[in-house]
Amino acid sequence: MSAVIDSHHDDHHHGPAKGFSRWLYTTNHKDIGSMYLWFSLVMLFIGGAMAMVIRAELFEPGSQIVSPEFYNQMVTNHGLIMVFGVIMPAFVGFANWMIPMQIGAPDMALPRLNNLSFWILPVAFGILLSTFFMEGGAPNFGWTFYAPLSTEYAPPTVTFFIFSVHIMGASSIMGSINIITTILNMRAPGMTLMKMPLFVWSWFITAYLLIAVMPVLAGAVTMMLMDIHAGTSFFKAGGGGDPVLFQHIFWFFGHPEVYIMILPAFGIVSHIIETFSRKPIFGYSSMVYAIASIALLSFVVWAHHMFTVGMPIAGELFFMYSTMLIAIPTGVKVFNWLSTMFKGSLTFETPMLFAIAFVALFTIGGLSGIMLAIAPADFQYHDTYFVVAHFHYVLVPGALFSLLAAAYYWIPKWTGKMYDETLGKVHFWMSFISVNLTFFPMHFVGLAGMPRRIPDYAMQFADWNMMVSVGAFLFGISQLLFLFIVLKCIYNGKAATTEVWEGAKDRGFEWTVDSPAPYHTFSSPPSMESLKSSS
Amino acid sequence: MEARKSTLKLILFTFGMFGFGFALVPLYDVFCDITGLNGKVTGPTITTYDQEISSREVKITFVTSNNKQMPWSFKSSSPQMKVETGQDYLMDFTFTNTTDKPMIAQAVPSVSPGRGARYFHKTECFCFEQQFLAAGESITIPVKFIIDPELPDDISSLALGYTLFDVTEEFANLQAKN
Repeated sequence: MSAVIDSHHDDHHHGPAKGFSRWLYTTNHKDIGSMYLWFSLVMLFIGGAMAMVIRAELFEPGSQIVSPEFYNQMVTNHGLIMVFGVIMPAFVGFANWMIPMQIGAPDMALPRLNNLSFWILPVAFGILLSTFFMEGGAPNFGWTFYAPLSTEYAPPTVTFFIFSVHIMGASSIMGSINIITTILNMRAPGMTLMKMPLFVWSWFITAYLLIAVMPVLAGAVTMMLMDIHAGTSFFKAGGGGDPVLFQHIFWFFGHPEVYIMILPAFGIVSHIIETFSRKPIFGYSSMVYAIASIALLSFVVWAHHMFTVGMPIAGELFFMYSTMLIAIPTGVKVFNWLSTMFKGSLTFETPMLFAIAFVALFTIGGLSGIMLAIAPADFQYHDTYFVVAHFHYVLVPGALFSLLAAAYYWIPKWTGKMYDETLGKVHFWMSFISVNLTFFPMHFVGLAGMPRRIPDYAMQFADWNMMVSVGAFLFGISQLLFLFIVLKCIYNGKAATTEVWEGAKDRGFEWTVDSPAPYHTFSSPPSMESLKSSS
Repeated sequence: MEARKSTLKLILFTFGMFGFGFALVPLYDVFCDITGLNGKVTGPTITTYDQEISSREVKITFVTSNNKQMPWSFKSSSPQMKVETGQDYLMDFTFTNTTDKPMIAQAVPSVSPGRGARYFHKTECFCFEQQFLAAGESITIPVKFIIDPELPDDISSLALGYTLFDVTEEFANLQAKN
């Protein structure tokens, strides 16, 4: 069952093993991809439940449901789970499923490593979630875990938090090494780098970002660990350290990290828009260069998260200008998507609806990002709900919508069955309306001065907050509908064709294999000739 | 095999970046030292200036605060003083251990605005070492400082802040290790 790579001459029509051991020992990229996706869906509901607690508490001013201490634990773990447990593993899941199929490879380059990098994830999150049942409670210092809040003032469970971050980091790093090695060595003959599908390109660059910054994060939590238990003073001013150093190290990781969560989305949206516009993507090479320049710039903008720590004016200006520079490649991408749709034969199936919403709403998040990049104005916005509105716009109708779009787009290929288009559209419109109802008013309360990370607020913010909470509950319910649609598709969907989407066969290798995709695909590499639009 | 080569390179790169994370610690200190950013002040310096250089008046504010639950009383003898640049001055600071057990404290200085930090020279300061006080003991130590006449013209006042940290445990741990 193992040694998938070298099994060209083996009988490749055999199916997977039976029972739980199939999943535990599997080295098949499709199995591992599915496990990543199911894992992140489960985590989405756990992190989402925490968001519901937050919004229930903020439904009205005053202390309502939970204690401020528990509220802080909710905010912290909601952030950690959504970032490390939902968005990142979901993209890795898509990478596992789709990269080998898109480049015409039989599997990932390092299948056993692939198995390991998935299976340590539930361990990491098991450790993190177990802290809720420990003395002192779960981590409560925000997902950015600034020292000394996360060292000297932290609950004793911080050590568990540190180890779980170590494990998550190891998982991401192993996954990334695997992805880069696969892309570099296993492409179908004739597929040069500049002929790779954009999803592959976006992951290729994302994986480099991951191996560049996840070790730095591991270093940061290791320093915390040593400050707490080994008596060092990396972040303790009393011993010659500096708490501001923590923020520099954290955001050196943190800013590339936010692009890690959006670059694969760019790849996904590019595929969906070209398929449903029935045109090849406009400006393929500029798309590649835009992703690459966003990735490079992400290393020199980190201190725009720290404008208020007391930087000299030269520093503020440098980070302000470099941040604004990112708007250029991002703008290139947005205009390329619009140009692809321009004069295309558009149809609006569910994946396309989510992709178009992605383009529109992600741009709103990008524009509020430019407002935040203006250093003098940032002193007003810093740590308010405006920031919360900004990053939720890029992460929810941005990254999460792209994941939903991708799930609708590829699920017929995975399961061999079509999802219910009507229900899909209902899911889209419910999500679209509620996501805006949730996050748009946050701009207003933020500009009016409502601080983030507080369990109670002043009276004048009451109306907007109630509206936000209603939107959030509706958004939560909409995602339960998504779960229902997925299950209905698997157990009760109509059979899908090989091509699935009109004309898709010419656009990617994944649409040339049967639906559902056989357990082993491309035991011998496909020919680039079979793709009409490959020139 | 090609795949093995790329994998090894990537693993090496990963370890390199882990090291780079730690290298950021000294890099950060060096960067702050060179540029005087972050209000970081350097160690003792012995400086004298030619009295002939035109001097001007600068207002110095002294701020003392205690970190966390540090119980000591820690005060400067006066909250402010006016000084001429290029001349030596003294300011007394009084530490009192208000607890009933011996303790060790470390004061950490910071100058603001940060841009002015490198023009604030402390020739003698209790912050270069730790203070050991028995229960209830009190001590007054002066800080000797001189303001560089090169101080940019737009800075007319500087604040010298000290935060007092309880380092009794850290110090004990350090002793135990040595």
